[in-house]
Amino acid sequence: MKIGVFICHCGENISSTVDCPRVADVCRTYTGVEYSVDYKYMCSDPGQNLIKDAIHKYNLDAIVVGSCSPHMHERTFRNAAVSAGINPFMVEIANLREHCSWVHDNIEAATRKAIELMRMAIEKVKRDKPLTKIKVPITKRVLVIGGGIAGIQAALDTANAGYEVVLVEKEPSIGGHMSQLSETFPTLDCSQCILTPRMVEVHQHPKIKLMTYSEVERVEGFIGNFKVTIKKKARHINEDKCSGCGMCITKCPIKKKAYNSFEEDLAFRPAVYVPFPQAIPNIPVIDETVCTYYKTGKCGMCVKVCDREAIDFGQKDTIHVADVGAIIVATGFKLYNIDKKSADSKYKGYGEYGYGKYRDVIDGLQFERIASASGPTSGEIKRPSDGRVPKKIAFIQCVGSRDDSKGISYCSKICCMYTAKQAMLYRHKVHDGEAYIFYMDIRAGGKMYEEFVRRAIEEDKVKYIRGRVSRIYEEDGKYIVKGEDTLAGMPVEIDADMVVLATAMIPQDGAESLARTIGIPYDKYGFFNEAHPKLRPVESTTAGVFLAGACQSPKDIPESVSMASAAASKAIILFANDTLEREPVVAKVNEDICAGCFYCMKVCPFGAVEVKDVKDINGIVYKEVAYINQGVCQGCGTCTATCLSKSIELAGFNNEEIFAEIAAL
Amino acid sequence: MDKQNWEPKIAAFVCNWCTYTGADLAGTSRLKYPANCKIIRVMCSGSIDPVFILKAFERGADGVLVSGCHPNDCHYNAGNFHARRRWDFFHELLDFIGIEKGRLQFSWISASEGKKFADVITKVTEDIKAMGPFTAYKKMNSEFTIDFPEEPSELPEPEFQENSDKETE
Repeated sequence: MKIGVFICHCGENISSTVDCPRVADVCRTYTGVEYSVDYKYMCSDPGQNLIKDAIHKYNLDAIVVGSCSPHMHERTFRNAAVSAGINPFMVEIANLREHCSWVHDNIEAATRKAIELMRMAIEKVKRDKPLTKIKVPITKRVLVIGGGIAGIQAALDTANAGYEVVLVEKEPSIGGHMSQLSETFPTLDCSQCILTPRMVEVHQHPKIKLMTYSEVERVEGFIGNFKVTIKKKARHINEDKCSGCGMCITKCPIKKKAYNSFEEDLAFRPAVYVPFPQAIPNIPVIDETVCTYYKTGKCGMCVKVCDREAIDFGQKDTIHVADVGAIIVATGFKLYNIDKKSADSKYKGYGEYGYGKYRDVIDGLQFERIASASGPTSGEIKRPSDGRVPKKIAFIQCVGSRDDSKGISYCSKICCMYTAKQAMLYRHKVHDGEAYIFYMDIRAGGKMYEEFVRRAIEEDKVKYIRGRVSRIYEEDGKYIVKGEDTLAGMPVEIDADMVVLATAMIPQDGAESLARTIGIPYDKYGFFNEAHPKLRPVESTTAGVFLAGACQSPKDIPESVSMASAAASKAIILFANDTLEREPVVAKVNEDICAGCFYCMKVCPFGAVEVKDVKDINGIVYKEVAYINQGVCQGCGTCTATCLSKSIELAGFNNEEIFAEIAAL
Repeated sequence: MDKQNWEPKIAAFVCNWCTYTGADLAGTSRLKYPANCKIIRVMCSGSIDPVFILKAFERGADGVLVSGCHPNDCHYNAGNFHARRRWDFFHELLDFIGIEKGRLQFSWISASEGKKFADVITKVTEDIKAMGPFTAYKKMNSEFTIDFPEEPSELPEPEFQENSDKETE
């Protein structure tokens, strides 16, 4: 084997502490090294030409480049090798910059280490085998999980590009949190007015298959070839027959047994209901837990009034399977419930604020419903307890957020803006009312956001108090908010009629179990992890799974929408090709020595290991061995270390190659 | 061996996604650490076979560092959990067969922890220096070299460092 060695000076980045000519000289003495040279910039065009010319001139089989990190220029040098006719996997990079010249001062020590790093790479490249990229076909269909604004945008963008979309939403209607909002900052656009046309568009789009009241149960497969099992929960309404007239809802005698979760528990709903009037699809759901029929077998009022015979009490959950090539996860957020918490809860409550105890201490989403024209008070600001118009409201920001003692260290990002908006809406509706906002800092980064907050302070006379609230208690029908004004340096007490808590955004219920179902990592709070915080913010680390909206971190609407469009375009980019090329770093079983213990199957994080029958000449199965699906395998190599008979090898990182590196240590 | 001028040889098995990138970050941040440690990159800490570590000791390493992504941060979701379970057990085994526990160290270093990488390498180097050279396997190697005929002939001489000095002088 003829090996070429190329040492890069990286300008002076490497050569200032590593004696590059000496490294090249020493490398030349190693067995198998045919050609060794140092050059100022290996990644430049002349540098790459130097490599290509050397490969032709000396008939090289493999090259080792001593340069920057392989994460930086491995691809560059592999491409150079390919254009000169060498297999790209016969290229090894020794990291002389990040791991050597930049971190050591002593020239002698750094040069020695550089030589040793080169020696390790040379020994490894001698044992490298040519590999070819794996080609996998792509199913050009997208699964979007979550029907909030992010999911809606992602579904519409992908469908408008001409690809089929399966949109799965666990609630009976799409719309998500945005459909609950009253008006949006900083323009005070009516939230539903801008959202509902999008929802209708999703419903009518020929390329979008909408599956509401459904949940993703299982995800198998890999990029380009996922197989998704979706459970469609029984609505007990025949969707084909129902016209959405709503007669069953008006006639249902069970009126006050269940809280309306769309109204954030500020109102009741019947046993048969649609979440809100503009729901898409406009098909009701029967709640088994409160419906009289499911308790006594009687009633059936809805059956009597439904002239289309759409009520189906016997309907069962159904399982659907979809083949998709990419998954966009847009499961969104929920608000941190600041009520007193049980001992096993991840977060500690805010018992001192009396949420859940005092009916007029509410959270931000409840205020949105109260302020919404379609809400339980038809948009009039009234106290939930007695329906009186509050003359003084205290808004408290950062309830939960930025509070290590409560378990959430991050900033929820949207609260500064929505609290300013809510205080502004209140002042617009109750002219003689006073609005106080307790804040830690005002974080109004965004287009027209700072101006919006200034408007709340200057035009709408919202009173901002910088400080935390220690306690809220009831006295003579008022809520005494005891806090501190840190700018004035004195305690403050406000006798408010109503208190609104801007509670933290946390991941949606079940986010972690969904992450495990799909196989994507999540952080300690349960937000899904992106592949790279700066450069790959919408991709998850699992190939073919993209993230959109607040499931990744707290986000406002424009950010969620742009992230959704970005995720959609990532899926569309993937679908631009008919087949997919992927790195051949995958594990392979030597069937001759595989003992069939299947420990590898237990440890594989991706379920890539299958059982394969080995047959003799008469077609009789004489042993079972492990088989690794090359499309599913991500190349972590956990199976190789677990294998008892050492019959699994990871291409590009096999035991022989690693041993050679160790030997050259 | 002259203990004053002796420099330990340390092998670090690190995963490609977190610790290797963390080491890159230490470089880009120009943090300084001793030059004793050489990195062997694997795809995941879960793929590090205990045999690699024994082999490293056999080939003259005085200490070994194993590092991967933090639990729950694994690029492959669960590889580091398998690694963690394996190392807990293997660490005890090493102690049992008479290799001091401190010669094999573990850490979780994420891609954003360049500072931690530099600190860990500095600490490991100091620890190993305090322990002195690891001679048990080396002695065995020199006494029984004839028992290892399958060793590839292309491998460089073990006394490489002296050779390279001569060349430059």
